[in-house]
Amino acid sequence: MYKYITRRVLQFIPMLFLVTIVVYGLAQAAPGDPLSGEILDPDIPAEVLEERREALGLNDPIPVQYWNWLSSVAVGDFGQSMHYTGRSVADLVTSRIMNTLYLSLFALGVTILVAIPIGIYSSKKPYSLLDYSATTFAFLGLATPNFFAALIAIYFFSFQLGWFPSQGTVSSVGLTGFEYFIDKIRHLILPGFTLGLASTAIYMRYLRTEMLEVMGSDFIRTARAKGLGPSSVLYKHTLRNALIPIITLLGFEFGTLLSGAVITEAVFNYPGLGTLFLNSIQNRDYPVIMAINLILAVTILVGNLLADIFYAIVDPRIRYD
Amino acid sequence: MSNERILDVKGLKTQFRIDKQKVAKAVDGIDFHINKGETLAIVGESGSGKSITALSIMQLIPSPPGKIVEGSIELDGVDLLGLSEKQMTATRGNDVAMIFQEPMTSLNPVFTIGTQVSEPLRKHKKLGKKEAKKQTIELLKLVGFPRAEDIFHEYPHQLSGGMRQRAMIAMALSCAPKLIIADEPTTALDVTIQAQILDLMLDMKKKTGSSILMITHDLGVVAETADRVAVMYAGQIVETSTVKELFVKPKHPYTVGLLNSMPKIDQDSERLESIPGMVPPAHNFPQGCRFAPRCKHAMDKCTEAVPDLIEDGLNHKVRCVLYDGSGKGVTHV
Ligand SMILES: Nc1ncnc2c1ncn2[C@@H]1O[C@H](COP(=O)(O)OP(=O)(O)O)[C@@H](O)[C@H]1O
Ligand SMILES: [Mg+2]
Repeated sequence: MYKYITRRVLQFIPMLFLVTIVVYGLAQAAPGDPLSGEILDPDIPAEVLEERREALGLNDPIPVQYWNWLSSVAVGDFGQSMHYTGRSVADLVTSRIMNTLYLSLFALGVTILVAIPIGIYSSKKPYSLLDYSATTFAFLGLATPNFFAALIAIYFFSFQLGWFPSQGTVSSVGLTGFEYFIDKIRHLILPGFTLGLASTAIYMRYLRTEMLEVMGSDFIRTARAKGLGPSSVLYKHTLRNALIPIITLLGFEFGTLLSGAVITEAVFNYPGLGTLFLNSIQNRDYPVIMAINLILAVTILVGNLLADIFYAIVDPRIRYD
Repeated sequence: MSNERILDVKGLKTQFRIDKQKVAKAVDGIDFHINKGETLAIVGESGSGKSITALSIMQLIPSPPGKIVEGSIELDGVDLLGLSEKQMTATRGNDVAMIFQEPMTSLNPVFTIGTQVSEPLRKHKKLGKKEAKKQTIELLKLVGFPRAEDIFHEYPHQLSGGMRQRAMIAMALSCAPKLIIADEPTTALDVTIQAQILDLMLDMKKKTGSSILMITHDLGVVAETADRVAVMYAGQIVETSTVKELFVKPKHPYTVGLLNSMPKIDQDSERLESIPGMVPPAHNFPQGCRFAPRCKHAMDKCTEAVPDLIEDGLNHKVRCVLYDGSGKGVTHV
């Protein structure tokens, strides 16, 4: 197993490099530079802009620029924001990243806590009323775009019923302790459920299918022939096998959640990385865009690595390769 | 060998609903019994209803679409069909255990051999982890694993087919059941391994004195392992007798056909006779004797009604019009 994990980690390193090149290359390939917006301002003479370009290193050869960027990124220095003057990118990102993390974990929690019990139940009683309801919900959940689900949620649960706030992360400054915590959770509910909707639908269906398939296998018949009761057969022998692909998929889920968070955050005006990302794109704040791109890419890579490791943990056939 | 019956099956019918009109009569009214300490073989071509018979005893018929519609199955005097599912759960693995045909897929890939073999002990004998482990390692040694302690911690994929079947046998033996059902335990194995597994089963039988229902399509296996034999065709038993008698004096044309298609060492001719045609599908049996369309002795009378299973000689029964009193019979080979 350690050999397997070491191999995966070693494969991870060149991928990481590749990702930095792609992130940097994409930023370079985009038209315009941080100063091109200001060219339209006729009061600024072209020579001044040129001087500033020179000072910012924007005229250096691209490999040199890449290397400079990479060596500072390696020590956590993503440079200065070009839009929020005086603020470092690292500072901006850290002020938002925790909110996105909370949101993603909340959505992941919703997915796991809703999808797994319902998936199991649906497989236990296929074609029951609950199974049909779950199927209907799953198709709706999959067919509804994130932003649309968000708008519906805001309309009903916030606007009509007034149960949950629809904007931001806190209602008022000055809350402390338990009250602060509850307030945070209340703000997470609508965006969290919206963000988790699609994956909940997918995992629910996936688990149901997997469970039904495993139930038909020879070793389940063996388990019953031994005299194991229905719950041993279901929760031990069937579920352990059905969860293998699910747990593996969860590793990939991190990337999906983060990219989904961009849209969800925007609709709920939630101050996370997603909103920062969208604002930065509008402002052509390249250092911030690159930093967030890099975080997204690295998260996906780490997620894939985790998926491989999870797989080895839950499936002995992989572990002993 | 006492004459006390450990298993007594009467008028068993198991059917599968295929669609609104069609019903597959996989097992269609069979009677047989197994005495204490005896091995009964059920032999027949693929599709004749052997596995469904075994699964009916275990009450592991996939339902729907399958259902035991008639009959009784008495295990040591207890009618299994009268038991609740909970009581049946307590019976499986404890009073009656089963070994399956496919060792490669019959073990759960995510649990160790030790966990899986010790499960019946933990469930039925309520053993703690330590005691179960001790007994499981003993069992693994008994079925021929020299490094039983290591095997205990290994996973099925680390074992060969023959070794997995040994583990399955250990599992079946674990609670010292009254009856062991082995459904083609060697069919999926290499020839050399087949012999080893059969030897192991014979050896185990000697040591434990258990009663065995041996299901096979191979008369060689019957000759080697069984005391008595029931020949099954199209959901029915067509002949039953002691193994010795069956090989010397087969009566039913189907049995004769099976024997003739068996390779023999002292045979000059290279060619084996095979029975023409195939087992009819269980949802579409022919009228009358179900073997008649493939039988070289078939006559008009055969298609009128299903012949009865009649006594013809000591402990020898046959379902064929040739033996219904006229006493003509088939001259074989
Ligand atoms: N799940 C099922 N649905 C419908 N028919 C079945 C099912 N299982 C078995 N059968 C039918 O029952 C008959 C007997 O099958 P089986 O007992 O498996 O034969 P074998 O003697 O080879 O073990 C076959 O005709 C088979 O097609
Ligand atoms: Mg079979």
